[in-house]
Amino acid sequence: MNRNEIWIAFATIVTREVRRFLRIWPQTLIPPVITIVLYFLIFGNLIGGRIGEMAGLPYIQFVAPGLIMMSVITNSYSNVVSSFYGSKFQRNIEELLVSPTPNIVILLGYVVGGMTRGLGIGVIVTLLSLYFADFSIHNVPVTISIVLLTSMLFSIAGLLNAIFADSFDDISIVPTFILTPLTYLGGVFYSTQLLSDFWANVALINPILYVVNTFRYGFSGVTDINIWWSFAMVGLSITVLFSITLRQLEQGSRLRS
Amino acid sequence: MIESQTPALQISQLSKTYGDHFEALKGIDLRVESGDFFALLGPNGAGKSTTIGIICSLVRKSSGSVSVFGHDIDADFANAKRYIGVVPQEFNFNQFEQPIDILVNQAGYYGIGRRVALERAERYLKQLGLWERRWEPSRTLSGGMKRRLMIARALIHEPKLLILDEPTAGVDIELRRSMWEFLCDINQRGTTIILTTHYLEEAESLCRNVAIIDHGKIVQNTSVKALIKQLSVETFVLDTRDELVSAPEVEGYRIAHTDSHSLEVEVVSGQTINPLFAALAEQAIEVLSMRNKTNRLEELFISMVEKKLPETAA
Repeated sequence: MNRNEIWIAFATIVTREVRRFLRIWPQTLIPPVITIVLYFLIFGNLIGGRIGEMAGLPYIQFVAPGLIMMSVITNSYSNVVSSFYGSKFQRNIEELLVSPTPNIVILLGYVVGGMTRGLGIGVIVTLLSLYFADFSIHNVPVTISIVLLTSMLFSIAGLLNAIFADSFDDISIVPTFILTPLTYLGGVFYSTQLLSDFWANVALINPILYVVNTFRYGFSGVTDINIWWSFAMVGLSITVLFSITLRQLEQGSRLRS
Repeated sequence: MIESQTPALQISQLSKTYGDHFEALKGIDLRVESGDFFALLGPNGAGKSTTIGIICSLVRKSSGSVSVFGHDIDADFANAKRYIGVVPQEFNFNQFEQPIDILVNQAGYYGIGRRVALERAERYLKQLGLWERRWEPSRTLSGGMKRRLMIARALIHEPKLLILDEPTAGVDIELRRSMWEFLCDINQRGTTIILTTHYLEEAESLCRNVAIIDHGKIVQNTSVKALIKQLSVETFVLDTRDELVSAPEVEGYRIAHTDSHSLEVEVVSGQTINPLFAALAEQAIEVLSMRNKTNRLEELFISMVEKKLPETAA
């Protein structure tokens, strides 16, 4: 395929993905917004008022970046995992597999589709959060780059999960038993300064801790960890997962008999 | 010019083993000429769908080579794929999408822009009687419509080789005939067609050449005419006006009494049937109608596959 044809194939996948989540907006757009509004109400206004400050910030300003990032992570991941596994289940993934679309274009198309939903929800949640808290952005490049990279990372992870999944149970195991606990333990609601040295060190193996803290740094300038180390970790994770996912697509295992 | 001399499909020593033991294909060779209307026949589990799956890269081959219009599916997969349009046996489109979107998206995967894709989608949806339903979710289409939608989707990038795996399964007779006309039309306009079917009448009516695959091996690969000539005995069913209690005796013919108003007569290849009717008339037996007991190709197919069974069972 020449460059123009590759671009058309890529745009087709992305457009189809965006239209898919817009078509089922009551399932894809409304629930995350309701969830985040409840988080802001409970942890921000009701409980947050009694907690006071966390890491030198009013509690609602402390949790807001984490809640936004949580939406971006879960929506990027769930968009790709459900869409790709749905295509496997209905076998319409064969439409792509029989076509000359290169595997890297299939990968990028799904990932950009996931990022579009993740970032779109992120923007909606950010706008909603302004109703509950006043905050400005401390470092725009850091904020934008970390949210883009995080969305990309979890979109790729969702695709890899979908490739290996053999049932709908398989696509809910990772979000339920890995992603949600890591998110809750990833410094969204508390600073690792509250933990003992041992648990603070254990927390460092949680990748979500890095992205949440870097995002919080972008908003408020406050972080528990070195943000450049965080960028390196996210970059490395993207490189590794991207390579594994592309290799899976090239080999066709779990997709072709 | 090069394409017309190059075979549409060339398969050499193609084999496929699922897991460690099950050999679905045992080194088959097959050549389909450009412009042909070719039937790939075989009983369930013979290896037809595996062969098609390998050609369109949904199944990974164990060994051998496949080229489409001279383009190897491994070394030059992008060009090979451009030449192939495939209509699978099972519905494999997104049931929530609309027919028009399914076609335009499929065109996009081949790098075809939206404007051209919409023009082609309109043409094929109209030709296949789906234009009025283009905005409806595809899950609401009938079984026959879904099958036609898959044909339209396979044609959207205008492939030179169209492969149809049981395209008329579960389709009513009227619709089947209209699909035959459509396929004959696109074949006459230059598209090579490979068809698998259980309706052997379909293969006999449409196809010029045929391969019979059984237990992962090609057991016959010839023209349909040559294959029919191999048929040594044909069985005809005669429906009689009056009730019969037994089969009449007619010299030179084996006649069986199947029920009160019908007889089955075996006619050897080259034997005329005029004496049979003369003899029946002498015995005051009036024949209302006559038909083949089974499709001719079907008789041959069954005899070939049955002959093969003891060998493979050994």
